[in-house]
Amino acid sequence: MKAHFRIRRFNPETNAKPYWQDFTLDNVAPADRVLELLHRIKWEQDGTLAFRRSCAHGVCGSDAMRINGRNMLACKVLVSSLAAEGAESVTIQVEPILGLPVIKDLIVDMEPFFAHYRAVMPYFVNNDPPPADGRERRQSPEERAIFDDSTKCILCAACTTSCPSFWANGSYVGPAAIVQAHRFIFDSRDQAAEQRLDILAAPDGVWRCRTIFNCTPACPREIEVTRAIGEVKLAIQMGAERMRARKMTRGGTE
Amino acid sequence: MHTHEFDIVVVGAGGAGLMAALYASQNLPGGKVAVISKLYPTRSHTGTAQGGIGAALGNLEEDHWEWHAFDTVKGGDYLSDQNAVRVLAQEAISAVIELEHLGLPFDRNPDGTISQRRFGGHTNNKTRQPVRRACHAADRTGHMILQTLYQQCIKNQITFFDEYHVMDQLLSDDGRTAGVVAIQIGTGELHVFRSKAVIWATGGWGRVWSVTSNAHSLTGDGPAILWRRGLPLEDMEFFQFHPTGLYGLGVLITEGVRGEGGVLLNGRGERFMERYAPTIKDLASRDVISRAIYLELKAGRGIGGKPYVHLDVTPKTVNRYLAEAGDSRRIDAATIHQKLPDILDFCKTYAGVDPVEQPIPVAPTAHYAMGGIPTNVDAEVLAAADGTIVPGLYAAGEVACVSVHGANRLGTNSLTDLIVFGRIAGKKAAEYARSADLPPLPPDPSGPVQAELDRLRTCKGGTRPGEIRRRMQETMMDHVGVFRTAEGIQAALATLRDLKAAFRDDLTLDDRGYRFNTDVLEAWELGALLDVAEVTAASALARQESRGAHSREDFPKRDDERFLVHTFATLVDGEIQLNHSRPVDLSLGYQPQERVY
Ligand SMILES: Cc1cc2nc3c(=O)[nH]c(=O)nc-3n(C[C@H](O)[C@H](O)[C@H](O)COP(=O)(O)OP(=O)(O)OC[C@H]3O[C@@H](n4cnc5c(N)ncnc54)[C@H](O)[C@@H]3O)c2cc1C
Ligand code: SF4
Ligand code: FES
Repeated sequence: MKAHFRIRRFNPETNAKPYWQDFTLDNVAPADRVLELLHRIKWEQDGTLAFRRSCAHGVCGSDAMRINGRNMLACKVLVSSLAAEGAESVTIQVEPILGLPVIKDLIVDMEPFFAHYRAVMPYFVNNDPPPADGRERRQSPEERAIFDDSTKCILCAACTTSCPSFWANGSYVGPAAIVQAHRFIFDSRDQAAEQRLDILAAPDGVWRCRTIFNCTPACPREIEVTRAIGEVKLAIQMGAERMRARKMTRGGTE
Repeated sequence: MHTHEFDIVVVGAGGAGLMAALYASQNLPGGKVAVISKLYPTRSHTGTAQGGIGAALGNLEEDHWEWHAFDTVKGGDYLSDQNAVRVLAQEAISAVIELEHLGLPFDRNPDGTISQRRFGGHTNNKTRQPVRRACHAADRTGHMILQTLYQQCIKNQITFFDEYHVMDQLLSDDGRTAGVVAIQIGTGELHVFRSKAVIWATGGWGRVWSVTSNAHSLTGDGPAILWRRGLPLEDMEFFQFHPTGLYGLGVLITEGVRGEGGVLLNGRGERFMERYAPTIKDLASRDVISRAIYLELKAGRGIGGKPYVHLDVTPKTVNRYLAEAGDSRRIDAATIHQKLPDILDFCKTYAGVDPVEQPIPVAPTAHYAMGGIPTNVDAEVLAAADGTIVPGLYAAGEVACVSVHGANRLGTNSLTDLIVFGRIAGKKAAEYARSADLPPLPPDPSGPVQAELDRLRTCKGGTRPGEIRRRMQETMMDHVGVFRTAEGIQAALATLRDLKAAFRDDLTLDDRGYRFNTDVLEAWELGALLDVAEVTAASALARQESRGAHSREDFPKRDDERFLVHTFATLVDGEIQLNHSRPVDLSLGYQPQERVY
């Protein structure tokens, strides 16, 4: 089939403002990934088109973009999911994710996003000496299960840049940073949960979340982002210890 | 041009680079350590590693580092240096425990210890049966390693230069490491990083081939840069084809699928590995299985005549074979959902297949570089086959050839390699930096890079880089892939020379700007790929034997008389020179034997 692309272009070196550019590709198959088609445009038609990518199978988080109005990883969207069944052609609109400054074409400045990430102590803290026998700290499969979902995050920013609260106020830490904090708050081996909860209880923390739910469908890793945020809110209210215990009794997928 | 000064510069922010950076900074109090990476660290390819990291923890059954060492040597078809394998297998245990202490969320056994699973080539040396040695965090072990190490780097306030692409290695007149040159991708500006020590950790180069599990960014920059500086590359002919890439795409389907009981079936529904590896069948080492698949396809036993076979992990099939083998284990849909969630997702997204209900279409995919920048067990880069080193230069991870993987890497041993030798590289570089001074920079340090970038930014020939890349990948896939012949390799070399000429004299690019010019960067990477492809083909032509991943149809047997040695390739006056004088280290006493699984 034919694919008609509308791509949001902007190169501050040469353009005064962003504009839309159209490209057409022939011989497009339903199983083609949008990333492959962007490569075809770049490699066959216009080498100036700029976008990030690396792994090409949805695990490195490089290529979150707004495709037909929704945040997705270009390498994880097949043409078939954008075209009507049996269609002769498909129209695909691609723009950069919203809420972060555009550097060029589909590439945004990720620094504000990573600054929020770094702000939530996204690292393991345990100041006790490790077990005397030189072996691993023990953790039961049940304790491990309650934070499994948030360990999957690849920091692609699809959630944060689909969030109206973040668009309205870029100082909100955003869903991705909260997911990262969740990963440690609910880890039985970690000792800094209360500090993280203090950070997230501040005005630019979790309470800016209005439960609009854009983040969860945006997540290419199928993390239940809104649920994770809700659990962090509850942990602030109940204390991390009690919230952890509650999640344990209700199972990993409360 | 900007100039920076550091004690140690790490190039690459995958598992090896981050581990090296953590150790370098811990062992150099008050010192300055920087990590330079062309990708944001968390985008590094380590994050895609699925199945596990090998270490003889013995959490579920008897295991010993010596067994791990023997399996590694046998898997490597006896080309592994046994002094290095000893370090790998011994230190694997403390390295995995250390990752756990750093917070890595491994899956757990009921007693709270780290969970382990079976993986190709890992055996109980007494019974020869598969042993559970692969420590895992679902099927995203590499993701967890990368995240955990990056998190710890943030905690330890390591300095990062994200999205800086290194393009040259600086050496002083007396041959010492003096730093690197990089382009800041966002602005196009050049930066010179002066340093006492440099640690290369840029990963692999699967993009030399057309079907690969490797990221677009894996373009062999590290080896190409050192090669152009006259340093040798070791055992480049050994590149692993993983047997189970998703058909058509090459996306990896981890061996963990077979570890959980999955089997390979041909077009007649036969479990053909019973014929090729009667003892451990579908868990034989990768080179063996990739060849078996090719032979099945060649004999017309693909699925419906197409060039792929089936990987079947449906509970129905798996349980039938387990029962036949008298194994009491059984799996159900929940096992697959719990242990292989990402694999389910890949199969559904990219092939429209649900592995719980249907078999997965697979074919071999270019996966892993056993060869690379030669190093000794202290991660020091060798200047020649006689073992002399380049002071201040280190390499670790997939880019390095130490050589633990020999002619064929065992699954789970790369992640182990990253952590073990990344750690050593960090420590040793710190030791060196403590006593070394900062060598003077050569005159006009960024001149050569500037000249090449200017050429690329203004070239006006008739050939697009995409065209050259495609032809290189196809010729390497056809002629320097799973099976090779002298004739085929020569044809590939001729094509590569044409392509290099086109790259030099007839290239055309569209983007003449500075800001995030990925047109120029991709072209530069293509230059690296072409160099690496040519060394690979030349090394493959000279090795007239079949060993591990290097399988010559015209020399089908292993030849220990002539080739129990490493290949060292060096660029001398524009010509590739090959040297086969470096013997394999056999210090663990594992003498070459016939390799049967
Ligand atoms: C799909 C897949 C699954 C795998 N599964 C397993 C497994 O289960 N177990 C196992 O043991 N192994 C596995 N492997 C192999 C293993 O993942 C890799 O060998 C390993 O992760 C390589 O790590 P590294 O640190 O050497 O390099 P990488 O993680 O590839 O990192 C390379 C780094 O170098 C940087 N870089 C590269 N060039 C430049 C440059 N010119 N300038 C600046 N920076 C640069 C990149 O930005 C990146 O940060 C798998 C591999 C693949 C592809
Ligand atoms: S939670 Fe999901 S959408 Fe958000 S950054 Fe992580 S992976 Fe991306
Ligand atoms: S390219 Fe890695 S997630 Fe798409």
